[in-house]
Amino acid sequence: MVKEAPGAREVHLAKTIGGARLKPDLIGHDERITKRILILGAGTGGTLIANKLRRRFGAETEITVVDKDDRHVYQPDLLFVPFGLVAPNSICRPRSKQLRRGIEFRLGEVERVEIEKNTVKLKDGEALPYDVLIVASGVELLPEETEGLTGPGWGESAFIYYSVEGAAALRKAMEGFEGGRLVVNIVDMPIKCPVAPLEFCFLADWWLQKRGLREKTEIVLATPLDGAFTKPVAATILGELLEKKKILVETEYSAGRVDGEARKLYSWDEREIAYDLLVSIPLHGGSAFVEGSGLGDELGFVNVDQNTLQTKAAANVFALGDATNVPTSKAGAVAHFQAETLIENIDRFLAGKELEKSFDGHANCFIETGFSKALLLDFNYEVEPLPGKFPFPVVGPMALLKESRLDHLGKLAFRQLYWHLLLPGRRIPTISAQLKMAGKDTSLLRPEGGNG
Amino acid sequence: MTTVTLAGKPVEVDPEGFLVDPEQWTKEMGEEIARSAGIEKLTDRHWQVIEFMRKTYLETGSAPSMRALGKTSGVAIKELYELFPKGPAKLAAKIGGIPKPRGCV
Repeated sequence: MVKEAPGAREVHLAKTIGGARLKPDLIGHDERITKRILILGAGTGGTLIANKLRRRFGAETEITVVDKDDRHVYQPDLLFVPFGLVAPNSICRPRSKQLRRGIEFRLGEVERVEIEKNTVKLKDGEALPYDVLIVASGVELLPEETEGLTGPGWGESAFIYYSVEGAAALRKAMEGFEGGRLVVNIVDMPIKCPVAPLEFCFLADWWLQKRGLREKTEIVLATPLDGAFTKPVAATILGELLEKKKILVETEYSAGRVDGEARKLYSWDEREIAYDLLVSIPLHGGSAFVEGSGLGDELGFVNVDQNTLQTKAAANVFALGDATNVPTSKAGAVAHFQAETLIENIDRFLAGKELEKSFDGHANCFIETGFSKALLLDFNYEVEPLPGKFPFPVVGPMALLKESRLDHLGKLAFRQLYWHLLLPGRRIPTISAQLKMAGKDTSLLRPEGGNG
Repeated sequence: MTTVTLAGKPVEVDPEGFLVDPEQWTKEMGEEIARSAGIEKLTDRHWQVIEFMRKTYLETGSAPSMRALGKTSGVAIKELYELFPKGPAKLAAKIGGIPKPRGCV
């Protein structure tokens, strides 16, 4: 049930929020005109929406961002750390420094959201009131939820690379790797950037060749999916690429436990995979406070309307990025596209207007394929990734679902775009928030139009 | 879409054999789908999972993933695999006449 929120009753006041639309003398002096927008999480989504809001609204809107630490990680580069292509410390910057002037940054861990009271309780006992709340708390990695994974061999023969520390530890292990069986395992979906494990396999193939170890190494990708990717056309093309690179794929493999001493991985249906080096993409879950606050599902992801990003629990609570349960990829590009919808909807909510249902599930991502090449995916809730050109038909210049050097350069260039355009909440020229069909080849779609 | 006959009635299924319209489903159809997937007899434990999946799907519009099933259906993942070999969430959805769980994107 959607509860009535403060903004809905204060429409006359809300007109003051969008900057200087009304002169101050038109407002009753006894009314509180300041609106408080509270954002939980200063990752990609939280930072860019805070910066966008700061630009949109004037000083009568207070914007506060809470996070438990002050380290912002450029997560796409975690993939490159194990191969020594970037240094771990070069991908981190202070969260506070990415926020525009006039945004308050608070260090603190969230205990729970008290929807009834429009308040967020921090673990240190402090209570932060809000008029509008945005949950952008991302996901937590849960390696300890897989039996045996963090037991014997953890950090010696079993690793994760979805964290800075994990990726740095794996880097050291890779340096000492002399061949054998390298197993990349996705424990279960959903995960951040679902193509990253494929990229890891492609880069491992390149890296091992470069070191003369490829002949002595078997690379195995064990995935719970029934193919290389979740959507049919991309799954076929990526499947062929894996085959070409002699990467073995074990599908519908749902990992149940790890025996670290014997260096064996077991699925729930007792399929055994021996490894010399295990690279695990561990279980993901939402932040612990989400479920406890009545905002999310059993995995801790926030229940939102998939087109407006308003939560099901309260009209003045919204969410974006990895924290939500929307059926599209958990990736920075998605948070970026969602922010376009969210900023409009917060403006509309405060003005007492109907929300726009404009988020279409748009995701796009570069897939690094090794040897200085990459390919690009572009898709949404309805349209699966297809070959073609991006962002413009015919001329591109980026190629969709096809390996190219330019896509690789695009991936590398994105680092700078991320810190200087995306996080500050500026528009990225030529890339629209909604998916465009122009430039896509639809001839590979099944006649049923089945999109997975 | 193709039309097949299940428990004597024509129903529409997708290319992988999942019912297109969950309203067309009957328990007898479920039993027939189970048999063709190699499950001879559906026990009370099977039905507990199948009914939980249907209820969740009809209420929320999406079928629970295996992890969610393990946490909320009252049947642990280990047993889910014994009941529905290979892919419990997928197979239980198929038998229960609801679309393939799409949780993974």
